[in-house]
Amino acid sequence: MKGRTIKGRLIVLEGPDGSGRSTQVDLITTKLESEGHAVMNTGLKRSELIGRGILQAKQKLPLGKMTLALFYAADFADQLEHKIIPALEAGYIVLADRYIFTLIARSTVRGLPRKWSHDLFGFTIRPDLVFYLDVDPDELFHRVFQKSSGLDYYESGADLGLADDLYHSFVIYQRMMEKEFKLMEKKYGLVPIDANRPIDQVNVDLQGRITRYLHERT
Amino acid sequence: MPPTSPTGVTGRWATREKQVGRLIVVEGIDGSGKSIQLHLLEKWLRHLGVPVFTTEWNSSVIVKEITSKGKKSALLTPTTFSLLHATDFADRYERNILPLLNSGYFVLADRYVYTAYARDVVRGCNRRWVRRVYSFAIRPDAIFYFNVPVEVGVKRILTGRTKLKFYEAGMDLNLSNNEYESYRIFQSRINEEYMAMSDKEGFIVMNGVLEIELQQRNMREHVLKLLPSELAAVASLELSTF
Repeated sequence: MKGRTIKGRLIVLEGPDGSGRSTQVDLITTKLESEGHAVMNTGLKRSELIGRGILQAKQKLPLGKMTLALFYAADFADQLEHKIIPALEAGYIVLADRYIFTLIARSTVRGLPRKWSHDLFGFTIRPDLVFYLDVDPDELFHRVFQKSSGLDYYESGADLGLADDLYHSFVIYQRMMEKEFKLMEKKYGLVPIDANRPIDQVNVDLQGRITRYLHERT
Repeated sequence: MPPTSPTGVTGRWATREKQVGRLIVVEGIDGSGKSIQLHLLEKWLRHLGVPVFTTEWNSSVIVKEITSKGKKSALLTPTTFSLLHATDFADRYERNILPLLNSGYFVLADRYVYTAYARDVVRGCNRRWVRRVYSFAIRPDAIFYFNVPVEVGVKRILTGRTKLKFYEAGMDLNLSNNEYESYRIFQSRINEEYMAMSDKEGFIVMNGVLEIELQQRNMREHVLKLLPSELAAVASLELSTF
């Protein structure tokens, strides 16, 4: 990843579905805006250009793991260059709901070489802050099921044939993802956050760190 | 025969397992005549009873839908463009190229990773990065590079064509306001990239200005070396009366 000298700040929230990531993004956005910062939100699969296509393709035909990884990378590149970088140059705080780390973890867990995924994202920009919302897989399962009474195919690792039932598959898959994130903590400076706690406690933790960071730099 | 895996900036190559099939690639600027030659080669191999599969650049059905929307509205940056092509390639590779090679097919590719190496770099992508993205692709058994003067290639394409598409003409590079001029410069730069990588990648350089039959004969003589011995003997005999 490249470093840079641009006015804006890139803050990333990583973590599995059910970790409260999106909720935290909303809360933090509201708080930062109330403090007078311009904030922009981005996320995976939100590119207007390619996003819809990925969802369609996943449903229609099984895609090879390399193909899927590259598809996501293309979508990401589009967002980076059309949304994130311009916003940063304009002095925005960009709050990213996931970044390349989820993509790297997903690919690695599916057997693609870690180095290849790392090299693939060589064109991306280094975030200023990255938080990883860590939740115990059993707790995650409970939350996810409460939210949508169904599990996402890929988020359960169902394409990997890990277990006979989706619950076990989910837990095994999430532990594998956790392990990848632990490795990336050291490599990319991810800050682990205990997201087993209630939303407001996690929020106080996150907001505190962000506020401190922003003040240190003004 | 091309040399063994190159090192350095060309990246690490997938190691070839015990492959029964063969991967034959044609490269060249547009209008170099490579597609015709590949087509004739295909005909010849089928005639010999060899199982053949041909694949073209930018032909994945899934990726096509998505790419064309972007192309029309001219929204794609070099990195995104490069990655979309890589996605298209990966789909064809995982779905067709690799499985068929493993099952003993001769896979003929009209353009391969070298097209990305040349075009994407001309568009401004980092040279090393492009090679790393494609590092999963297996090394071909033969790479035929059809060399023509840029003017010849350009003329062949523009004759009978009334319109050049935006990205095709390299209009995103701001080389010229005139799309024909832009196309010329674009093709010229791609040609330079090809020439620069030719030795290192082990291209079999073909003179794309010679008569079609002569080029084809040349090509077949090279491919002869890739055929199983019994077939090669038969084919060799036929070639001598070509």
